[in-house]
Amino acid sequence: MPDIQALVSDLASKLRKRRVQGSYETARLTAELLCAVILQHKEPTTNGAASLIEAVRRVGEQLIAANPVELAVGNIVRHVLHIIREEDLSPLTDIVGELKLSAEDDVEDIAEDENSQKSSATTDGCLLKPPLLLAVFEHLPDSATACQTFSSENIFAGKADKSAKKLKSELIKAVNELIEDINTCREGIAEQAMELIHQNEVILTLGHSKFVKEFLCAAKEKKRSFEVFIADGAPKFEGHILAKELDKKGLKAIVITDSAVFAMISRVNMVIVGVHAVMANGGVIAPAGLHVLALAAKKHDVPFVVVASTHELCSLYPHNLEVLLNEMRCPSELLNFEEFSDCIDYGIASSSSLLHVVNPAFDYVPPELISLFVTDIGGYSPSYIYRLIADYYSSEDLPPQQKPAS
Amino acid sequence: MGAQKKRAAAAAAAARVSEDPDDLARQPLQAILLADSFTTKFRPITLERPKVLLPLVNVPMINYTLAWLEAAGVAEVFVFCCAHSKQVIDYLENSEWFSQPNFTVKTIESHNIISAGDALRLIYEQNVIHGDFVLISGDTVSNMSLTQALQEHKERKKKDNNAVMTMIIKKSKPSPITRQSRLGTDELFMAIDPNTKQLLYYEDKADHSKGTICLDKMLLAENPSISLHNDKQDCYIDICSPEVLSLFTDNFDYQHLRRHFVKGLLLDDIMGYKIFTHEIHSSYAARIDNYRSYDIVSKDIIQRWTYPYVPDVKFCGNRATKLERRGICFTAFNSEIEQSRSAQVGSFTVIGYGTKIGSNSKISDSVIGEGCTIGSNVLIEGSYIWDNVIIEDGCELRHVIVCDGVIMKAGAVLKPGVVLSFKVVIGERFVVPAYSKVSLLQQPTVHDSDEELEYADNSSGTVEFSSIQGTADQSNGEMTSESSEAHKPKLGTGGVGYIWSICEGGQEEEWRHSVAPIPEDKLTELSEAMDDDQELVTQDRTALSTSGELISDSNASEGDDNEDSKDDSVYFEKEVEATFLRAVEENVKVDHVILEVNSLRLSYNMTSADCAGAVFYSMMKLAIKTPHSSAIGLLTLYPSPFSMVASNAYPIYLSGELQQNTANIITTWQKLLKSYLLEIDEEIEIILKFEEMCLESAKEFSPLFARILHILYDKDILQEDAILRWADEKEGADESDKVFVRQSEKFIQWLREASEEED
Repeated sequence: MPDIQALVSDLASKLRKRRVQGSYETARLTAELLCAVILQHKEPTTNGAASLIEAVRRVGEQLIAANPVELAVGNIVRHVLHIIREEDLSPLTDIVGELKLSAEDDVEDIAEDENSQKSSATTDGCLLKPPLLLAVFEHLPDSATACQTFSSENIFAGKADKSAKKLKSELIKAVNELIEDINTCREGIAEQAMELIHQNEVILTLGHSKFVKEFLCAAKEKKRSFEVFIADGAPKFEGHILAKELDKKGLKAIVITDSAVFAMISRVNMVIVGVHAVMANGGVIAPAGLHVLALAAKKHDVPFVVVASTHELCSLYPHNLEVLLNEMRCPSELLNFEEFSDCIDYGIASSSSLLHVVNPAFDYVPPELISLFVTDIGGYSPSYIYRLIADYYSSEDLPPQQKPAS
Repeated sequence: MGAQKKRAAAAAAAARVSEDPDDLARQPLQAILLADSFTTKFRPITLERPKVLLPLVNVPMINYTLAWLEAAGVAEVFVFCCAHSKQVIDYLENSEWFSQPNFTVKTIESHNIISAGDALRLIYEQNVIHGDFVLISGDTVSNMSLTQALQEHKERKKKDNNAVMTMIIKKSKPSPITRQSRLGTDELFMAIDPNTKQLLYYEDKADHSKGTICLDKMLLAENPSISLHNDKQDCYIDICSPEVLSLFTDNFDYQHLRRHFVKGLLLDDIMGYKIFTHEIHSSYAARIDNYRSYDIVSKDIIQRWTYPYVPDVKFCGNRATKLERRGICFTAFNSEIEQSRSAQVGSFTVIGYGTKIGSNSKISDSVIGEGCTIGSNVLIEGSYIWDNVIIEDGCELRHVIVCDGVIMKAGAVLKPGVVLSFKVVIGERFVVPAYSKVSLLQQPTVHDSDEELEYADNSSGTVEFSSIQGTADQSNGEMTSESSEAHKPKLGTGGVGYIWSICEGGQEEEWRHSVAPIPEDKLTELSEAMDDDQELVTQDRTALSTSGELISDSNASEGDDNEDSKDDSVYFEKEVEATFLRAVEENVKVDHVILEVNSLRLSYNMTSADCAGAVFYSMMKLAIKTPHSSAIGLLTLYPSPFSMVASNAYPIYLSGELQQNTANIITTWQKLLKSYLLEIDEEIEIILKFEEMCLESAKEFSPLFARILHILYDKDILQEDAILRWADEKEGADESDKVFVRQSEKFIQWLREASEEED
C-alpha cells in the first residue's frame, strides 16, 4: 500500500515543478489525494472529525505551498474541510436511531463493494484505491455485528466508535461525489449551452478552454448553427488548438489575433471565456489578455460570459497578495532567445542588457465587466458569488492557510 | 455509493493502464553526469569546493542539471564524482534526490581520474549502462525537452548503426570583436550536413590570428552540401549510444570529450562512426564553463529564460522565494530578510534567506546568498555574494564573486572581476585590484601547463587548506597580519588571504573569462586591432573571407562614413598596392601585373580610373619608402594608422632624393600606369589622387608637387589637356584646395602658352 506521505509529496513535487497545471487537472488530483488521506487516516477514539480536519489541512498546506498560483488546490482542500465539518455536525442526533439500520446497510454495501472491487481488481491489475477501501471496510463488519450484540452499557462506547466509522464512510461518499462532480462538471456546464447560444449568433472566445469547447460543441450537437471568433491567445496561441478542434466538430471558426478583438467585438453577440479562478468578489483570474477583451465587450455592451466550474470558485478576495501573485512564465514563449541573444548580452559593459521580457500568465478581470457566470450548478451573476462561497466553504477555513508553509 | 467507487476506481485504472504500455515500450533512460569539469577555470574556488556545488542563484549547480534530467524523463543518473567527491556525495545524500520515486541517483567515485575519458572508461568497466544515455556535465542548465532529440537519435540508430551520438547545439552568434560567444567560450566552427544534420567538422580552438580554418577537401568531395557555422553553441548535452563507452575504452588516449573524442571520431574514417546534431530553438541550454558564463547564466536564470528552473519555483527543495515588483521588472525575495527602509534593492536581484541589509545600501543586478550581513552605504552591482558573507559599512563591490564566509572590513573596495574565495578577509579601506583572485590557499607554485590536471595537486590542496585554516581562525587575534606580511601582498590591515598572481595566460585572458563585463576600452582596442588584422588578412589573399560582415561592423563602430562603395574602393586600393609591392619585390613582369590588377578590378567592379588611381598611389608609396626601406622596414609596408605615424617620424627625405626615386619608379612602371590611362578622365583622376595624397597620406610630396607633375608630363603619362582641365576645374574651388594649382602655376602657364603656340 503506498504510503500516504509519499503520495502527498509526489503530488506536491508535481505541482512545484509545474508538471501539473490547469485548474481541472489539479482539482481532480487534489480531490483524489484527499480521499486517500481520509481513508488512511487513523482516528483517535475521541474527536475524530477534528483530527481529520487537522490531517487534511496539513496536507492541504503542503499542496498549496507547492504552487500557490494554482488556486484550485486550495479550493478543493477547503471544500473537503467543509464537507468534514458538515458531516461531523449534522447526523449526530440521528445516529442512535439509525444505528442498527445503517449498520446493516453498510454491511450490505461493503459486501457489494467487495465483490465489485475484487472483480475490478482482478481485471485491472494494479489499482490505487480499491485496496485502500478494502482495508478500511474490513473492520466494519466486526464492529457492526459486535454492536448488535452489545449490552446496554456498551452501547454508548459502541455508538461513539460507530459514529466515527459512520462519519468516515459518509465522508468517503461525499468526497467521491466531489470527485465525480469534478469529472462531470463539463457536462453540467455544457447542458446550459442551448439556453445561451442562439441561432446564427457570433461568439467570441480567447485562447483555449476545455469548458468553452464543450460548451460550444454541446450547442452544435443540438443543431444550433453559429460562428465562433477565436482570438489566438498569445503567447501560447492555444486558440489555434481550439480552432482545430472546433473544425473537427464542424463548427465554423474564425481565428483572429488578440489585438483584433476590439475591431471584431462590434460584430459579436456574446463573449464566452474560461478562466483560471473565480474570486470571492466575483472577479476572475484569467489568462492574460482577457481584461482587454472584457473592456472591449463592455464598451460595446456585448455580454461577457464566464464558464467556470465550482472547483474554480475561490474563497479569497483579489486584494490578497497571495492571489494576485502572478505566474511569470518563460520569456522564450514571447521571443526567440537566439535572435535576441545579441541584445541580451550582459558581457559587454557598454550595453548592459536593456532588453527585458516579462511574460505574466494571468489577468485580473473585475466583476463589473462580467455579465454572467455559467457554472455546473447554474448561471449566476458576479454579485451572487459570495453566496456560493458560503455554500461551499466553511467560514472557519477562510482563509485557511494564512501562513505559507515554508 | 458502491457504483461510484467502482467508477472512480475504473477511471483510475484506465488512466494507469493507458500509461503503462508507454512506459514499457520505453527503456528507462539513463544518464551519466560528470560532477567534475576536469579544468581549472574556477580556481581558486574549486580548490575548496567542487564546481558542481557552487551556488548558482543560491542553488548548487548540480541541482539544475538533476532537476532537468528528472523532468526530461531520465530514470537513472550516475553521478561521477572525482575532485572533492566526498563533498558531492555528502551533499547528494542529504538532498532530496536520493528519495525521488522513479528517479534514482547513484554515485560513482574515483580519485585518480584526470579526464572525462578516464571517467567514461571506468563507467564502462562497471557495466551499468544498458541503452542510450545522456552524457552531461554537472554544470549545465537547461529546460529543453529531450523527447524529440531522443526520438531522432533512436530512429537514426535504427537505420544506421554507426550513428552513435547526437550533440545538442543552439544558435548563438559570437561577438565579431572578441571572437567569443556570450558565454565566454571561444568561437566554435562546425560543419554540418544541412540535410542529415551530421556533424562533419568541429573546431573550438581555431587560430584566429591566422583568420583561417582548414577543411579537408574530402569533406567537400564526399558531401553534396555542407553548411559551415560559426554561430552555433555547443550545449555539452549529448545523447549517446552505449558504443560510445566502448569507443572510449578502445581508444585509451581519448581524454577530452570534444577535443579528443569528437574530433577523433570525425577524423577516423575507418570505423565510420557518425555524430549528429540536434538544434534547439526556443528552449534554453548552457554550460557554465568559466566565470563569464557563470555571470551570464545567472542573469538568464533571473530573467526566467530557464523557466521552470527559476528562483521562485521550488524545483529542488530550495527555499521559497517571492517575486516582488520593482519597477517593471521583478526581484526575488526571501520572506525572511531584514532590509532597512532606506536600502535600495534594484531589479533582477535575488536575496537569500536571513540576509540583513543596512541603511542607504544600493544593490542591483546581484545575487545575495543566505545569512549575509550587509552594512550601510554599501554599493553592490552585478555581483554574486554567497552565503554568510559580512560586508561592513561603505564597501563597494562591482561585478565580483564573493564566496562563503568572506569578511569585508569597512570601506573595502572590490574592482570588477575580483574573485574572493572562501573565508578571505579584506582589510579596511583596502582596494583589491581588478581581476585579482584572492584565496586563503597559496597559489600552487608549479603551474601545470596541462589544464586537465586539476586534481593532481588537489589532495595537497586540501591538506594545505586545513593548515591555513588554522591561521585564518587565529586571524581574530593579532598574530596573522605579521606572519602573512612577510611573504604575500597584504590585504589591508587585518586582511587574510593571498592574492594569486595572474597565471601565464596573462591579462589577455583575464578579462575574457572574468565575471565582469568586458570593459569598453578593451573593446575599442580590440576592434582597432581587428582592423589591422583585417588589412593583414586582405594582404594575405588566401584568407577565407569570413569578413564581409565583420568589416562593416568594425567600420561602423569607428563611425566612418561607410557606404559600401567607399569600403570597396579602400580595400581595392590596398589589394592593388599589395599586388604592386609584391611585383616590385619579386620582379614580376609588367604584363603579369597588369593582368592581376585587371582581375582585381573585375572582382571589385572598379572603373579603369580607379585602377589608375590605385596604381599611381602604390607607386608613390613605394617612392616614399624606398630611400628608407631598410630603416623603416616592414612597418611602412602597410598603410595602417601606426605605420603612418612611423613614416611621419622620418620626414627627412631630401627632396632631390625623393624626386629621383619617383622619377625612377615612374620610368620603370610607366607601362603599367599607361595601360589604365585610356582617356583624359583617368589622367585627371591621377592628378586628383596625387593631390589628395599630398594633402593627407604622403605630405612629403607636397613641396614636390609641381616637379612630379612635370615628370609625369615628360613621360607622356599625363597629357597637357588633362593638366589644363584639372587646373580649370580647380579654378572655382576654395583657397585651401588651390594650393597645388598655385604651386604648379608656372608649369600650367607654360603648358597653356605651348598649346597656344601650336594653335
